[in-house]
Amino acid sequence: MNVIETNKLAKTYQQGEVQVNALNDVSINFKQGEFTAIVGPSGSGKTTFLNAIGGLDIPDSGKVIINSTDITQLKSNQLIDFRLRNIGFVFQAYNLIPVLTAKENVEFIMLMQGDSVKERKSRAEELLHAVGLSQQMDRRPGQLSGGQQQRVAVARALASKPQFVLADEPTANLDSSSTANLLDIMYELNQNENMTFIFSTHDQRVIDRAKRIITLEDGKVISDKNP
Amino acid sequence: MKTIIKIAWRNVWRNKLRSLTVIFSMVLGLWSGLFAVSMMLGLNEQRMDSAINSYLSHIQVHHPSFTENLDLEHTIVDYDSLQKFLKKQEGIKYFSSRTIVSAMASTAHGSAGVRLIGINPDAEKKITNVHQSMVKGSYFNSIKSKPAIIGEKLAEKLKLDVKKKIYLTFVDKDGNQQRLKLKVEGFFKTASSLFDRTNIYMKQKDLQKVLDNSAAIHELGIICEDLATVNNMTALINNKSSENKAESWGQIAPELGFAQEMMGSIIYIFMGIILIALSFGIINTMLMAVLERKKELGMLMSVGLNKRKVFLMVVLETIFISLVAAPLGIILSYLFISHFGTHGIDLSAVSEGLEELGIGTRVYTTLSFANYISISILTLVVTFLSSLIPARRALKLNPAEAVRAL
Repeated sequence: MNVIETNKLAKTYQQGEVQVNALNDVSINFKQGEFTAIVGPSGSGKTTFLNAIGGLDIPDSGKVIINSTDITQLKSNQLIDFRLRNIGFVFQAYNLIPVLTAKENVEFIMLMQGDSVKERKSRAEELLHAVGLSQQMDRRPGQLSGGQQQRVAVARALASKPQFVLADEPTANLDSSSTANLLDIMYELNQNENMTFIFSTHDQRVIDRAKRIITLEDGKVISDKNP
Repeated sequence: MKTIIKIAWRNVWRNKLRSLTVIFSMVLGLWSGLFAVSMMLGLNEQRMDSAINSYLSHIQVHHPSFTENLDLEHTIVDYDSLQKFLKKQEGIKYFSSRTIVSAMASTAHGSAGVRLIGINPDAEKKITNVHQSMVKGSYFNSIKSKPAIIGEKLAEKLKLDVKKKIYLTFVDKDGNQQRLKLKVEGFFKTASSLFDRTNIYMKQKDLQKVLDNSAAIHELGIICEDLATVNNMTALINNKSSENKAESWGQIAPELGFAQEMMGSIIYIFMGIILIALSFGIINTMLMAVLERKKELGMLMSVGLNKRKVFLMVVLETIFISLVAAPLGIILSYLFISHFGTHGIDLSAVSEGLEELGIGTRVYTTLSFANYISISILTLVVTFLSSLIPARRALKLNPAEAVRAL
């Protein structure tokens, strides 16, 4: 069963006086439990595609269907709510809330969903334990290393039990051991909990672990392989 | 909501220096504004008190035409029944009658136009504070024959000293010139140098004898129990004694009443200007805080924080700053205003100018509790309004921008 279906997505940007076709009739479907890397050179449309399926940006044309809902038709506040309940995000620059502790950052999403205190506490601890940060739960992002911060970001992305996790260049700022560690965690979650992960990446280490590799170039799908 | 409050509160302290600078400027603005206002109010109150206590009293009653030209014949009509009424009337504390003659005072060294006021020294003590303003000599207790007390400024002008004689001439009701010799018993000095230059007190009985009219009473000074009841009491007296004319201090000296009314609005105009100036600082700081956190706010929106909450968070951050600053500013102002309200501020360096205005050389700052409350509310309202601009700016952020910026 498809978790995400995209149908002829197109998006054009005006960059100065030049028109950039960031997405050009892109139709890709994702199934539950996929571990997919979207690759391609800079400007190929990777991030635009992730933004479109994440409901952060509305395409000029085409459809994004998640759970039978065409999210391109949703209003701004409906989209925010949809993202909250269905999509987990991991950003390149971690983007944690600097004034909250690791645990509070993870709890934050559940709080927005209206989960009870008890539920929030136990799930946040469970997730932080899963990403190996049991000892750092009460530290604020500034007191954590880059790798640790990105692990908190993964825990946060999973907190709302999303349909899938979108990770935009998640390892770009990490050293080798942190990258390996993070990938292990995500791979385990994928294997054990059948969680769907979609990465945009340039990182060969991520590509090597991916079960499906989609290559974009000039806003078009060049290849879609299952290595 | 609790988490939004927590995030907003912690955000305030992310950039301590910046937040403290805004807080400090708000504290300083509130303190300087409130202190300046309390000084203005103190000066005005003092001017009013000094006018009331040195001569005006709360209410004055005259013959309706007396104040136009101080005609000796225009005495208070049916004084006895008015006196009986005032004695019985609740809310009237004291009253005292005066006999007034417009005269020319002269000595060997010069002459001056004066108002000769015949008083009952004991009754007058309860109405005015001239007896407490004696700077030389005494107040009607050492000289037996026709004593007078005069303003220090008048004494200087006429080069008079205590126990010296002063001659007064005036025209009686028949048009004949009368000459009167008084002996100076003391000098008084009130807050108003104009008053001190133009007034001479003598015993009412002595003056009535000269006028050959033992019932010659031209003025009645009244002190009420409560300043707030003065207008009602004035209306009541006018109603009871329609042949005479009762006027409140505000009607007799409209400039004092007007200044008092003005002060009520001035505090808000003055503080409003200061707060508007401060609001620009707040808007600037919060806009910086929002633009600096563009990515973070975009991220919050992308992970599910709706626009209402983002808006609320920025508004709360701004309000928290003023919730820290306003109490500090108010407390600091209260401490200063209380201190100088008790000990006063010495303005003797500019005493001459102040005396011309009828103000003493020591000003006592004053600000009512209601003023503190309303200024606190005004501060919060201005802060809330200032927060709307940065909060609106935060709403305009596009979550995709944050992701794209990565």
